[in-house]
Amino acid sequence: MSDQLVGATGERVFTATIEKDQRIEPRDWMPDAYRKTMIRQIAQHAHSEIIGMQPEGAWITRAPSLRRKAILLAKVQDEAGHGLYLYSAAETLGADRGDLTRRLIEGRQKYSSIFNYPTLTFADVGVIGWLVDGAAICNQVPLCRSSYGPYARAMIRICKEESFHQRQGYELLMTMMRGTEGQREMVQDAVNRWWWPSLMMFGPPDTESPNTAQSMAWKIKRHTNDELRQRFVDMSVPQAEALGVTLPDPDLRWNGVREHYDFGEIDWSELKRVISGDGPMNAERIAHRRRADEEGAWVRDAAAAHAAKKRRDGGAVDAPEDVRGPAAETMAEKRHGGVAHSAGGERHGGAVFSAGEEREGA
Amino acid sequence: MSGEIKHEWPLFEVFVRAKRGLNHVHVGSLRAADHEMALHHARDLYTRRNEGVSIWVVRSDDVVASGPDEKDAFFAPSGDKVYRHPTYYAIPDSVPHI
Repeated sequence: MSDQLVGATGERVFTATIEKDQRIEPRDWMPDAYRKTMIRQIAQHAHSEIIGMQPEGAWITRAPSLRRKAILLAKVQDEAGHGLYLYSAAETLGADRGDLTRRLIEGRQKYSSIFNYPTLTFADVGVIGWLVDGAAICNQVPLCRSSYGPYARAMIRICKEESFHQRQGYELLMTMMRGTEGQREMVQDAVNRWWWPSLMMFGPPDTESPNTAQSMAWKIKRHTNDELRQRFVDMSVPQAEALGVTLPDPDLRWNGVREHYDFGEIDWSELKRVISGDGPMNAERIAHRRRADEEGAWVRDAAAAHAAKKRRDGGAVDAPEDVRGPAAETMAEKRHGGVAHSAGGERHGGAVFSAGEEREGA
Repeated sequence: MSGEIKHEWPLFEVFVRAKRGLNHVHVGSLRAADHEMALHHARDLYTRRNEGVSIWVVRSDDVVASGPDEKDAFFAPSGDKVYRHPTYYAIPDSVPHI
C-alpha cells in the first residue's frame, strides 16, 4: 500500500474513533498536527507539575508542625509523580523525556503561569491548595475524557490525588482562620494575591484562544477556557464565604439571569507578561530546575555506569524466570544482572528525574 | 548548561497487582538504570497510596505488541465462531442448572 493510501485509511479510522468517543492509542495512525498538539499540551502540563514543586517545596523546612510538614512532603512528592505520569504519556507519542526537559530549561516550552508567583507566607501554601489546585481540578477533570488514551489515564490518576491537595489546603486555611487576627490577615493577604492569577490559569479568553476550536473538535479539550473559568468562580465563591475571606473583586456578584457569578475584567496584559517570561519568579524557577538537572547529572551517570558494570559482570538472575515464578514478589531483594540491551533506540531519552532529585526538589 | 542530557536510562513498563487474587495491570512507564531501580521507582511512583501488593517491571524494548493495522487479520477469526459461546446452544427452560 502506498503511504498516501495508508494515510487516507488511517485518517478515516482516526476520525471515526474520535466520533465514537473512543480513545486514540499510541500505535494508532494520527494526524501530525494532533500528535504535535498532544505532545505540546502534555509536556507543558508535565513541566507545570515539576516546576509546581518549587513554590510549596520552599515551605517544607519551615512548616509550622510535623503534621503540616508530612502533608506538604506528600503533596510535593505527588506533584513530582504527576509530572512523571505525564512525561510517560508524552513518551508514548515519540517525545523524548530528556529532550522535553531541555526544552523547558531553554525556555522553548512553557509551563503554567501560576508558578511564577512567590509564596510569601505559610498561608500561601493553603491558598495554593484551595485555589490553584482547585482551578487545576476544574481544568483536569474533563481531561480524564480526553481523546488520547495515555493522557486521559494519567489524568485519572492525577485527579484522584488532587482532591487531597485541595482539601489539605482548605483545612489549613480554616485552621488559620480560627487562629489569631494576624493569621486571619495572612490568609486574606494570600487570597488577595492568588485570586486573579488563579483565574488566569484557564488561559486567554475564548475570543483569543485560536487553538480551542481544533482541540475541541479532536476532543482533546471538552470545554472552553471561559466555561471552565466560570465554573471555578461559581465553585469558589461559597467556599470563600464559608472560610470567611473576601475575594478581591468589587464586581463579583450573583447574576440571577445567567445563574452564574459575574466577575470583573481580568488583567490580560499581566498574563501575557508572565507567560512571556517576565513574571516575578520566572527566572528563579528555571534557574532552580536547571540547577537540579545539572547537579543530578552525576547521580544519573553513576547509576547508568553501575548498571552497565552489573551487566558486564554477568549477574546470574534471569528476570523472565522471576516473573513467572513465585519469586516475582521478592525481585527487589535479588541482585539483577539482566540481559545486556543496547541503550540506543528512538524511545530512549535520559531519565531526568532521579529519586535523589525528587527528594531534593521536595 | 554543563552538557548534553545523557540517554542511557532505558524505559520500563510497570504492572501492578492491586490485591491478592487480581492480575497485574499495566499502569504506565518510567525510566531507570536497571530492573532493581525500576522496581524502586515504580514503588515510589505508582503505589504511594496502597495501590498494590506486587509490581512487575519489564523493559519496554522486550514488549512485543500486535499492531492496530493487523486488527482484522489478527482478531477477526474469533468473530465468526459463535459456537464458542454458551448462548449458541438452545436448551429448554425446563432443564435446571445449565
